[in-house]
Amino acid sequence: MSEELLYSEPEEELRTAVADLLADRAPWASVLARTESAEPYDAELWKALGTGIGAAGLLIPEALGGAGASLREAAVVAEELGKAVAPVPFLGNLTATALLLGVHDAGNGTAAAADELLRRIADGEQTVAVAIPFTRSPDTTYKGRVSVTPWPPREHPHEARLTGRVTSVADALPADVLLVPADGSIYVVQSSDAQRTAVTSLDMTRVLCDIEFDDTPGMLLTTRYGALQSALLSAAAILASEQLGLAERCLATTVEYVKTRHQFGRAVGSYQGLKHRLAQLWVQIAQARAVARHAVSATGEEQAIAVAVAQAHCSAVAVQAAEECVQMHGGIGFTWEHPAHLYLKRAKSTSLALGAPSRHRRRLAELVDLPAS
Amino acid sequence: MPPLITQHDLENRVQDFLAAHDPRTTSKQDFLRARFDAGLAWLHYPEGLGGLGLPRDLQPVAEKAFAAAGAPDNDPRRIGIGLGMAAPTILAFGSDEQKQRWLRPLWCGEEVWCQLFSEPGAGSDLAALATRAVREGDSDDWIVNGQKVWTSMAHEARWAILVTRTDPDVPKHQGMTYFVLDMTAPGVEVRPLRQLTGEAEFNEVFLTDVRIPDSQRLGAVGEGWKVAQTTLMNERVAIGGGSSPRESGMIGVLAQRWRENPGVRDSSLHDRLMALWVAAEAARLTAMRLSAQLAAGQPGPEGSAAKYAFATLNQQISGLELELLGEEGLRYDDWTMRRPDTVDFVGRSPGYRYLRAKGNSIEGGTSEILLNIIAERVLGLPGEIRVDKDVAWKDLPR
Repeated sequence: MSEELLYSEPEEELRTAVADLLADRAPWASVLARTESAEPYDAELWKALGTGIGAAGLLIPEALGGAGASLREAAVVAEELGKAVAPVPFLGNLTATALLLGVHDAGNGTAAAADELLRRIADGEQTVAVAIPFTRSPDTTYKGRVSVTPWPPREHPHEARLTGRVTSVADALPADVLLVPADGSIYVVQSSDAQRTAVTSLDMTRVLCDIEFDDTPGMLLTTRYGALQSALLSAAAILASEQLGLAERCLATTVEYVKTRHQFGRAVGSYQGLKHRLAQLWVQIAQARAVARHAVSATGEEQAIAVAVAQAHCSAVAVQAAEECVQMHGGIGFTWEHPAHLYLKRAKSTSLALGAPSRHRRRLAELVDLPAS
Repeated sequence: MPPLITQHDLENRVQDFLAAHDPRTTSKQDFLRARFDAGLAWLHYPEGLGGLGLPRDLQPVAEKAFAAAGAPDNDPRRIGIGLGMAAPTILAFGSDEQKQRWLRPLWCGEEVWCQLFSEPGAGSDLAALATRAVREGDSDDWIVNGQKVWTSMAHEARWAILVTRTDPDVPKHQGMTYFVLDMTAPGVEVRPLRQLTGEAEFNEVFLTDVRIPDSQRLGAVGEGWKVAQTTLMNERVAIGGGSSPRESGMIGVLAQRWRENPGVRDSSLHDRLMALWVAAEAARLTAMRLSAQLAAGQPGPEGSAAKYAFATLNQQISGLELELLGEEGLRYDDWTMRRPDTVDFVGRSPGYRYLRAKGNSIEGGTSEILLNIIAERVLGLPGEIRVDKDVAWKDLPR
């Protein structure tokens, strides 16, 4: 199994394609400029990434127009997006895709609807998000505060009306379709039928929104709530790779800077006070790479353990890398004109997303039989 | 082009050898000598010196076949310094006579080797070493005086690899010469070095007017540092058990204690336990990834990180274990002075683990030196400011 911890050649090719696109279309200065524009998500970039490179349909089977790839390939895309703090709804769309694939695999009565949505995602026709607070972890028991009224009674058993509010949803602003957990089931809602309000978000490159449903039409997708938890597990695995990418970029940027910045007649990177911290960060990142690779390779029971380990470790490493990036850049790192704050905001936000490290450690304790009391 | 030997050819060769030297009826010494002479000892060594000039990765094939036949081994743990450090250096720098004299009894485990490098005044800065070797008049002998320290197996060794100062008037890296020392020579005194755990894994070695014939020199006079680099590069052992199971080592001991003793549990200790469990799992997966990289021919610099990570982890885990224990943590198993051959982390008490782990961040490169190595060789950050580079050794502050 240890070969799984490496990157395959096709994965490296995919990485290069994504990295080239981002270098061309998402340099940090334009990412920064967009944060204060009316369009916090970059629709053109998402189109190029999603359909040009095929990142939107990576997980979708070839029969439905996708690439038939696995989380491993998606993780490589996430690493590159983390390096660029790119404002695209890759993670949210992937979470929704994973949920739809869960329904597809179950092959029950609503599988046809899931398949139709998967086809549209792969075609780049539609982008989908799951309407759930971004903080919810894969072991969530979240039932939502959205109530369901059958509509109209009896005649169309899959149609319903939803009413209620979901806060702090990631990647829903650019989504065409929302998958809404409500009343122990998942419903499909056209996002134009709901009221989405952008939230002033700590992470300016992944702007959250609050969603209001008011007698909004929805179609029952599945009553299998476990599909949601399994989709969030995939999302958490991918997020660990995004955090890895972010940490790598922060380290590389900082190392370059401390080689050129001179104080007291020496490059500041020649001081052990900085050298040793950067070396420790490098060790942490080398470990993050191993655990993140394992999280997107593991299956079955091992997957839950691997993802909890990856989230507990990579969240902390991303935050450490971004905080060191700000600190070691000194004054310039505290300015708006330097990209360090984009990474810090993304890193800290991702550490709260999909379960904070302490939550993942608690989950892990259950999984490996180390009870708290 | 050397003739290609396949795994199958090699297995046949071993079987032919076993047919001619039945391990059940051949003495251990005769068996190992014959195995050496057949070139089936260390396969990557040259023919005539215990090998066949084969790629290193065929070695496990031979070991497996010998083990399956119940053949005696050369007790590799006992002769680790000879196999891992002395032999490659002799192979690289020794004369034909030296190779013929030393390699066969070394590999067969008939002669144990030790390493006389570190000194009380030369730890991380090995090149500052002060043990003096002076040529006696026009004779072929050198007279050595000095003190070496942290020497494993010195009390059992027949031979030592030794680095000395032969020219104090040049900068420190230039004035060293490398020898093989007969540990039974007059003037060699070995004393156990008792460590804070109570036992003595190591020795101090005092050298007083010890005579070494010039025929036991390895490499040219003044080139000792270059020769020592070969030894030290071979010290880098492969990261053991690249595929060690989850919860192996110290974290397994701690986890087991937690499971078996509900009375020790409290919520703040629990979060620390889980944080260390995650850190141990991350280190384990990183070691596995490193092995996979090496197997795929992509050697990475993660090796220097692995030692640093395991040292830190061992110390944190063993520290938490004592805290969990409360009153039992105040007791120690045994302060008796002993001479153990190996470190027994799992077999002894929690207090021993805590104390012995303190050595992990000092032995074989301190954690601070390892961080310097990562910072400079991996990240390309500027080296430390050196005040000793162009100064004659004798003028360095000590």
